[in-house]
Amino acid sequence: MEQSKSTHSRRSFLRSSLLAGGGLMISFTWLPKAGFADTPKHIDLPEQWNELNGYIKITTDNVIKIFNPNPEFGQNVMTSLPMIIAEELEADWQKIVVEMGPHDSVKLGPQFTGGSNSVRMYWKPLREAGAAARHMLREAAAQTWSVPIEEVTTKAGMLYHEKSGRSATYGSFASKASGIPIPKGVKLKEPKDFKVVRSSKKNVEGLKIVTGKPLFGIDYKQEGMLIAMIQHPPAFGMKFTSFDASGALKMPGIKDVFTLKLYEDGFEQGGFDTRTFNDLLVVVGNTTWEVMNARKKLIVQWEPAGDTKDTMGGRNGKREVVVPGELETTSTQLEKMQEYAKKPAQQLRKDGDPETAFKNAAQVIERTYNAPFLAHNCMEPMNFFAHVTEEKALLAGPLQAPGWTEPTLAKILKLPADKIEIQMTRMGGGFGRRAYGHYLTEAALISKKVKAPVKLIYTREDDMTYGIYRPMYTATYRAALDENKKLIAFHVKGGGIPEHAIHANRFPAGAVDNYLAEGWQIPSNITIGAFRAPRSNFNAAAEQSFLDELAEVMDKDPIDFRLELLKRAKENPVGKNNEYDADRYAAILKLVKEKSGWGNPENKKYSRGVAAYFCHNSYAAHVVDIVMKNGRPFVERVFSAIDCGIVINPDAATNMVEGAVIDGIGNAFYGRLSHKEGAAEQNNFHKYRMIRHSEAPDKIEVHFVQNDIDPTGLGEPPFPPVFGAVANALYKSTNKRHYDQPYLDQLLQSGNKPENKKTF
Amino acid sequence: MLKLNINRKVYELDIDPDTPLLWALRDVIGLVGTKYGCGVAQCGACVVHLNGEAVRSCVTKVSRAAGKQVVTIEGLSENNDHPLQKAWLELDVSQCGYCQAGQIMSAAVLLRENKNPTDKDIDNAMEGNICRCGTYLRIHKAIHLAAEMQQKGSK
Repeated sequence: MEQSKSTHSRRSFLRSSLLAGGGLMISFTWLPKAGFADTPKHIDLPEQWNELNGYIKITTDNVIKIFNPNPEFGQNVMTSLPMIIAEELEADWQKIVVEMGPHDSVKLGPQFTGGSNSVRMYWKPLREAGAAARHMLREAAAQTWSVPIEEVTTKAGMLYHEKSGRSATYGSFASKASGIPIPKGVKLKEPKDFKVVRSSKKNVEGLKIVTGKPLFGIDYKQEGMLIAMIQHPPAFGMKFTSFDASGALKMPGIKDVFTLKLYEDGFEQGGFDTRTFNDLLVVVGNTTWEVMNARKKLIVQWEPAGDTKDTMGGRNGKREVVVPGELETTSTQLEKMQEYAKKPAQQLRKDGDPETAFKNAAQVIERTYNAPFLAHNCMEPMNFFAHVTEEKALLAGPLQAPGWTEPTLAKILKLPADKIEIQMTRMGGGFGRRAYGHYLTEAALISKKVKAPVKLIYTREDDMTYGIYRPMYTATYRAALDENKKLIAFHVKGGGIPEHAIHANRFPAGAVDNYLAEGWQIPSNITIGAFRAPRSNFNAAAEQSFLDELAEVMDKDPIDFRLELLKRAKENPVGKNNEYDADRYAAILKLVKEKSGWGNPENKKYSRGVAAYFCHNSYAAHVVDIVMKNGRPFVERVFSAIDCGIVINPDAATNMVEGAVIDGIGNAFYGRLSHKEGAAEQNNFHKYRMIRHSEAPDKIEVHFVQNDIDPTGLGEPPFPPVFGAVANALYKSTNKRHYDQPYLDQLLQSGNKPENKKTF
Repeated sequence: MLKLNINRKVYELDIDPDTPLLWALRDVIGLVGTKYGCGVAQCGACVVHLNGEAVRSCVTKVSRAAGKQVVTIEGLSENNDHPLQKAWLELDVSQCGYCQAGQIMSAAVLLRENKNPTDKDIDNAMEGNICRCGTYLRIHKAIHLAAEMQQKGSK
């Protein structure tokens, strides 16, 4: 596999000479050379590959290449998905080369990263692909050796026929095997026989990361490539009326300034075609710095856009949606939410007779929880490379779901899908943000306009202030208790801008006789989308805080209280469509109780909080231990119990849970994106507070439930209950319930954080 | 013409002297291991060494680097064998990996100046490096491990 070498574009202003060693050394290779999965040495790979199926190629020298089908954004699928194939293939992990697969849904399946689905949706197909390839290799050997296939065994990339003492590498039969039709229904291994799966393997791209190889979309480069940026309106609800680019065009390195319409009027948007603005003012130049400078010279007139219309496509045909033109301000949004919360809402689920139960209750407890918009703040800002010609389009960059954006590109560029190639680079974070591919559509249109390869880059300010945010949420929870303090009714009414978070069929639905869930929403021009565990990330804060408070009112231990409810849901479930498995839910609570030493006197020095949540088919519980440090609450320790079925790569999975815990603490304590007259008030990390080193816990202990259930999600499930556990521990620490996120907002009015003590 | 010494090689660049070192490295020289994260010295993704000191290349004018020794993640070690790189691999620190070059470059200065840093020392030195994936715990462990490796290696 000879990598395509693209020499760094030699622009006129660059006259680089290498004085020290002779020769021009500024060429760079895209992508970096592949290395073996387990021994990170660069190797020259041979040219001749025998393809056994879309995922597996083998050389005669027995080098086995596995294509990772799914976009990598830090969840480690580049390693875990090939592990699943290697398991059934009986390949030697040390001799495997892993490569990012092309976008090819025929050969490589659905190819999207989202909904914690990567491992879950690929588990079966990848096992089948590995097992089928192994079968083909055995059959090739059986034919050549003239022995029954049943007598051909495999181990670590080798074929054996014990009776005759013959053996051969996979590679020696790869060519013959590649001509054998791919079998179906090959028997898969029993979990007890797993050798690769369930053993920790190192990130196959680890070496490239720590040596700074070009891996990410923003690192992508091609000969003659220009840089583009978009000058967005200063606020949601604004549009430009006119602009004067003469100053910008005089700046060095600037090629062009122009406007573009992203979607033509009437374009039917799919669910992931969300974009912040449709009318784009674009600056194109030679280098990033030159374009950044030229933007400052643009003179642009903006005005409120007023109400606008979007056309949404969908299964039930297209529909027109009015996007309100108001320039929104956070305080007004909060007032509006309070108003809406009093109005009748859409009923999402009802069990029993909650109205009567509340009327007859001895005690009613009502609490309201609020949470702000959140920016994704992927460390790599949005960017994409595009080279569009009349005949075809090449795009490369960070994207969670190429298959969702390709149809949009095809329509907009008026090219057939097979003329559009989307290369998936490693992503510097995703968290849901990169499911919305507007930025590659933008890059494609810009490239088409300037007739050159272009990389579109969002600055951090562009990225943060024109986000596709986590919505702003509110929810009011009510509980009715009888004279014995027994929970007789539960009511949740949730709302949001522009959507609510309520999952009506989740716990404690099913555990309470009289139950009501309602939802409402307020339309907005502020764009929103998936953010690590959408909706759940708010519910697990609000609902789990509320349950904690209920347990206190009932004089019950918060874990015991949840277990009682789960027992009820298991033995005599209320209603239909309860989404969770009460046994698995209870098991993680029991596990975290045991591992955290819940109730042990030696843990009294901690302010402890617990929460558990089910989402993305997995179960997660945390116990959070808070102490005061430098006058501020500090999460010193966290104990986590997770049930996501079979864990493919235990150490990497542990890393993911640790990360989710830290990310959760950060967002719970500090995360907030607010608006003033439509403009985001946080535009960079000096105003948007992210968790930092000194605020990460000293210890996070992760425990996985051991079972043989097919794997379910892990990227998202550990994240939501962190919010609830933090809120409940904060209550113990501050003696005050925390209903509004971010919980430490008052303590830290300024987003500023002490700088690194070194001088920069 | 600015003469720059980057990773022990000399480059002559005809470039606006106000260009941040970050963009000179990434766009002009083609060393893209140094990352853009915020552009305002808040996230640490762009940390490089200037005469051995950790600097934010996004706010360091390229003219300031002229005549000085610049080391980027690509030049941190000859054979990818800096104790921090080895420790990072050993503990499989990275998730998305985008911030890790900056993390390692900050940690390298710390380890040079403080052979056996405490957690507090690490907090202080690394506070300016953001990781959205939340790998802070492993970074701490990896710095401790690298310190151990460094001490063993120097004996």
